[in-house]
Amino acid sequence: MTTDVLGSPVKRVEDPRFITGKGRYLDDIQMTGMTYMAILRSPYANANIRSIDTSAAKAMPGVILVLTGADVPYNPLPMAWPAGGSSGVQNNINMPRALATDDVKWTGEGVAAVIAETPEQAADAVEVVHVDWEPLPAVVDTEGATQPGAPQLHENAPNNVVFVWTVGDKAGTDAAVDAAEVVVRQRIVNQRLIPNPMEVRGDIGLYNPGTDEYTVWMSSQTPHIQRLLLTAFVTGIPEHKVRCISPDVGGAFGTKIFCYADMALVMLASKLIGGRPVKWVETRRENYQSTTHGRDHVTYLEIAGKRDGEVTGLRVKTYANLGGRLSTIGPGVPTTLYARVLAGCYKIPNVYCEVTGVYTNTTFVDAYRGAGRPEATYVIERAMDLFAAEIGMDRAAVRRKNFIAPDAFPYDNPSGLGTAVNGEKIYIDSGNYEPALNKALMTVGYDDLDKAKAEARTRGKHLGLGLSTYIEVCGVAPSKWIGAVGEGWGAAMWESANLKVHLTGKVILTMGTQPQGQGHETTYSQIIASELGLAMDDIIVQHSDTLGTPFGYGSYGSRTSSVGSTAAIKAAGKVREKARRYAAHMLEASVDDIEVVGAEYRVKGSPEKKKTLQEIAFALDLGFSLPEGMEPYLDETAYHDTPNCTWPFGTHIAVVEVDEDTGKVDLVRYVAVDDVGNKINPMIVDGQLHGGIAQGVGQALWEEAIYGDDGQLLSGSMLDYALPRASWMPNLELDETVTPSPVNPIGVKGVGEAGTIASTAAVANAVIDALKPFGVRHLDMPFTAPKVWRAMQSQEVRS
Amino acid sequence: MTEQVRLTVNGVPRDVEVEPRRLLVQTLREDLGLTGTHVGCDTSQCGACTVHLDGRAVKSCTVLAIQADGHVVTTIEGMAPDGGLHAIQAAFWAKHGLQCGFCTPGMIMSAADLLESNPDPTDDEIRHAIEGNICRCTGYHNIVAAIREAASTLRAGTDVPAAANA
Amino acid sequence: MIPAAFEYDRPTTVAEAVDILARNPGTAKVLAGGQSLLGLMRLRLARPERLVDIGGLAELRGIRALPDGGLAIGALVTYREVLDSALATSRVPLLAMAIADIGDVQVRNRGTVAGSIAHADPASDMPAVVLALEASLVVRSGSGERVVNATSFFEGAFVTDLAEDELLTEIRIPAQPTGVGMAYRHLEQPASGYSIVGAAAVVGRTGGSITTARIGVTGVADAAYRASAVEAALIGTDGGAAAIAAAAAHAAEGVAVGSDIHADAIYRAEMARVHVRRAIEAALGAAG
Ligand SMILES: Cc1cc2nc3c(=O)[nH]c(=O)nc-3n(C[C@H](O)[C@H](O)[C@H](O)COP(=O)(O)OP(=O)(O)OC[C@H]3O[C@@H](n4cnc5c(N)ncnc54)[C@H](O)[C@@H]3O)c2cc1C
Ligand code: FES
Ligand code: FES
Repeated sequence: MTTDVLGSPVKRVEDPRFITGKGRYLDDIQMTGMTYMAILRSPYANANIRSIDTSAAKAMPGVILVLTGADVPYNPLPMAWPAGGSSGVQNNINMPRALATDDVKWTGEGVAAVIAETPEQAADAVEVVHVDWEPLPAVVDTEGATQPGAPQLHENAPNNVVFVWTVGDKAGTDAAVDAAEVVVRQRIVNQRLIPNPMEVRGDIGLYNPGTDEYTVWMSSQTPHIQRLLLTAFVTGIPEHKVRCISPDVGGAFGTKIFCYADMALVMLASKLIGGRPVKWVETRRENYQSTTHGRDHVTYLEIAGKRDGEVTGLRVKTYANLGGRLSTIGPGVPTTLYARVLAGCYKIPNVYCEVTGVYTNTTFVDAYRGAGRPEATYVIERAMDLFAAEIGMDRAAVRRKNFIAPDAFPYDNPSGLGTAVNGEKIYIDSGNYEPALNKALMTVGYDDLDKAKAEARTRGKHLGLGLSTYIEVCGVAPSKWIGAVGEGWGAAMWESANLKVHLTGKVILTMGTQPQGQGHETTYSQIIASELGLAMDDIIVQHSDTLGTPFGYGSYGSRTSSVGSTAAIKAAGKVREKARRYAAHMLEASVDDIEVVGAEYRVKGSPEKKKTLQEIAFALDLGFSLPEGMEPYLDETAYHDTPNCTWPFGTHIAVVEVDEDTGKVDLVRYVAVDDVGNKINPMIVDGQLHGGIAQGVGQALWEEAIYGDDGQLLSGSMLDYALPRASWMPNLELDETVTPSPVNPIGVKGVGEAGTIASTAAVANAVIDALKPFGVRHLDMPFTAPKVWRAMQSQEVRS
Repeated sequence: MTEQVRLTVNGVPRDVEVEPRRLLVQTLREDLGLTGTHVGCDTSQCGACTVHLDGRAVKSCTVLAIQADGHVVTTIEGMAPDGGLHAIQAAFWAKHGLQCGFCTPGMIMSAADLLESNPDPTDDEIRHAIEGNICRCTGYHNIVAAIREAASTLRAGTDVPAAANA
Repeated sequence: MIPAAFEYDRPTTVAEAVDILARNPGTAKVLAGGQSLLGLMRLRLARPERLVDIGGLAELRGIRALPDGGLAIGALVTYREVLDSALATSRVPLLAMAIADIGDVQVRNRGTVAGSIAHADPASDMPAVVLALEASLVVRSGSGERVVNATSFFEGAFVTDLAEDELLTEIRIPAQPTGVGMAYRHLEQPASGYSIVGAAAVVGRTGGSITTARIGVTGVADAAYRASAVEAALIGTDGGAAAIAAAAAHAAEGVAVGSDIHADAIYRAEMARVHVRRAIEAALGAAG
């Protein structure tokens, strides 16, 4: 079992607790003396706070403490990733405070907090905190906010502009567009989404008055980073006095990467009430208002090329809505994570993109599954379809013609993956795009498309098929590149692993990464089982606690399998090496004569002379007899800094049917051929794709955060924000090609985001294909029945 | 202000003292420590809180604890025979029908209600039956596969080995 | 998530229940399955001072066959019980057609048919159904019992003929004319699952022409209504595709068509026409 465990679909080791109801999510934690916090949130999208009267709340039964902004001695939350990193781009930064002090900038910004003996009492008391508001006109429209006369949110941000950031060769691209035989222009909207992990966010703060230390449980993807941000930037509490723990996390999709006001509040509140634990769990409605949203771009795209199908230029101008104040890495998402991969898998010689970050009176926007790359894929994949339609060429053929050729790697993409600073560059290191496209076309029966369309017409349906040939950047990111450009956290992005083989031979791997449903405990166990020749049962994987796990940058950006796994493999390598040296000592052989076969350390040529890893660990951990210079215990830590990102790719094809009377769109087939390199556990890979695809489909067909002009969130609950349901999804048809990544020893690339990145564009292209008979060239998402119906009214059916 | 309520939870009579406004899900989680039943929304949409009340799947966030007075409640913690797994649980595990696991207890309870009344459902029937349960992780593909497999296990009457392993 | 505090009563007889309602005018609310009321209370959009839990009233349970071939549905009968009742599904197939798609299994296991009717959500399905079936609603208060025809029951969004001290005790569905067919067609608002438009049709032909046409429509206006213009236009026709389409064109006539973030008035009105047409076609298809 141990030899082939890597790469096989073993059942997940974390599942027994989840299927029996014994998972431990944040709200499941109960403690003696627990108190409960409720937050009063602004009912206005833009308003000044004249005064706050907390006296009635303080007098309510069970109330222990009421806080307003004036009571919080902390700094605003930190901005960890300004646009352009350290390149000197002007960023007009405004960050939220733990509680707003003078004004609020979106409906739902926190203004007061009540801590009470029971959740009921906290909920009752927060209702009677009285705020004297001075409401102001609000602006919610991304583009409109930058226009003259729009309400101004922040003094330091004229026209509500957070930044203007550019990438690529402007002069070259302008020239290419000017000289082109064909230029297609389109305004496209990538609507705002509410990420909706099924577990909402929450925290528990516990202050220890004896040691002056804090423990914060948080539903977070990044406990180590939160400790750093909360201490060094927000509270000023020394880093070593704070411990952060993420229990089981019930989905995150980016929203749990960030530093939130509530984290600081539970710390402060616990201290102020003498060290009783303070629990805060948001309601779903709060989650909609005060946990980050995703996407929300308005983009003007221009794609230029020749009539023979060759694309020669891509010029893009994007307005990115970032909300009323900024979230932790908000500006980084629509800049580096978006525009640097705008050209996708195509060899487009001239690419230029300008991004304007915009403040509006809305919830802050930050990374949501795929973070920038779904937006980029949507732009380029819509652009390719528009271009193909304009020149009357087959959509697959246009793509094929412009693919980066398999022998062109490493490929230096012109939208600036590289950077001039210090010459540090990131290259697309590998790819082979055509086989995936061909396989997907074959599976879906592309050649019979016209027949399928005709058959659908007999049932009152318009059938459409959409392609999305995507690439993504995973496994972020080389620290030296980050050091040069100041992107990302502005700090490094390596990962860590510690591996201990205990006296009894049981193995504990502790990781700096942080799962939210991906099954890390399983995949890391598979890796260690394979590396050390052990049974998975003998291995346990720990994570999520700054006490006891090495510092790590956490899990997002599909980085765990590439960067985290390599750290684990390195730690295993160190353990194996030390075990080999000790085996030599035990077997009185020279180190060079010890060969490792699975978990056995044998003397070459005399296989009966051997020690198992367990025997070695036992002796080494006791340390009764150590060779000169060797330390006891089999305990190794490794840090891994990746030499490059990884570059998954593939082709997704959606088939939809539009009802001729109602405009209702049904997704009837979905074919995905993905190349995510080698797989640690193919079952888990498929699961990641399934979920990612559903989220991307959700964006295309149903999901949209809608604000009224006054800044009220009209899609403010699950009653008005539609999440994909089981009966709306078909069974998904997955296939693969395998091009191993050269950047890590096991050739994996990462798969957490691929499905989402690819699927939105595939479905959008399918719907627009279905509407071709109506002369529809483009329509913005989501393709709700009323919107599609209206589009069908605009022109008579041509065929 | 509080009232005495007697529930039979997973076969065991439990007496709790609750305010009338206490939701069944709060009583299960907070008063009885049965935290396998989750809360994922505040509008009765997500189904993470699904339990059985007198043998039928209900959203325990949309039932007052006091309404369940005198009734029988089964939660995810009561699904498995001692030390073993219910066929639906085993199938979710085998088919990778869960990722973060947050929706899973509710899904399993809904699946159990379905298979009780329809032992051989089609995929469409399965999808329709879990419409009141939102999963944000799996895209439902493997959940449907798991329920399909559980149905066939249950039809075959095969016992699931205790603590079946990888 | 947590409702505001309230007093709680669990009467054991209908008489006791209506007595409590009478003694607490304007402050007490009936609690049946709670699928609508508790949702509002959790968001604190409703904060009744007192709940009268009718869940213990045995008198209100059960589905009865009426001697005339009709059906009586007690106020505590859940959707699930209707679906599971051979009596209900055979005598009035329209019920199951509409109910199968209401909410989800969990909601159908708790929610009552009567609760939906009393609640009168303008997007709910049952009002259209009871209108098309010409059901009557039995209402009790301290001053006795009265029977209201469904056609005069729904007055506006969440507003009915029911007074604050009245309890809906039973829904009576008369025997339907022999040979009629029934169908329900609706378009769901994807997030909530409620109907943007729902159309219930009870239609029958005698001797080649349409003699029965009863169409209930929900979701379109602030209350469910009988599409009488459609009915009038359909009666006497041959019930062919052209006649149906022409009749269905009147589906949104005479009502103020609603508009919200999910569907504007133009689309809603058109969907009323489409779904009324589809419901009539399906009903005729099912007719004997
Ligand atoms: C997730 C979800 C999805 C839903 N989807 C749909 C859908 O698709 N279509 C649809 O039509 N409905 C839908 N509903 C609504 C559902 O049909 C109703 O909530 C339910 O039927 C109401 O019945 P209840 O017994 O739960 O009423 P309750 O919630 O207990 O009461 C509702 C209202 O009616 C009053 N009331 C109840 N019974 C009586 C009585 N006997 N006499 C006088 N007053 C009474 C109450 O005082 C209250 O004001 C959905 C609900 C949920 C939670
Ligand atoms: S918690 Fe979402 S339905 Fe009950
Ligand atoms: S497994 Fe995460 S929500 Fe379903």
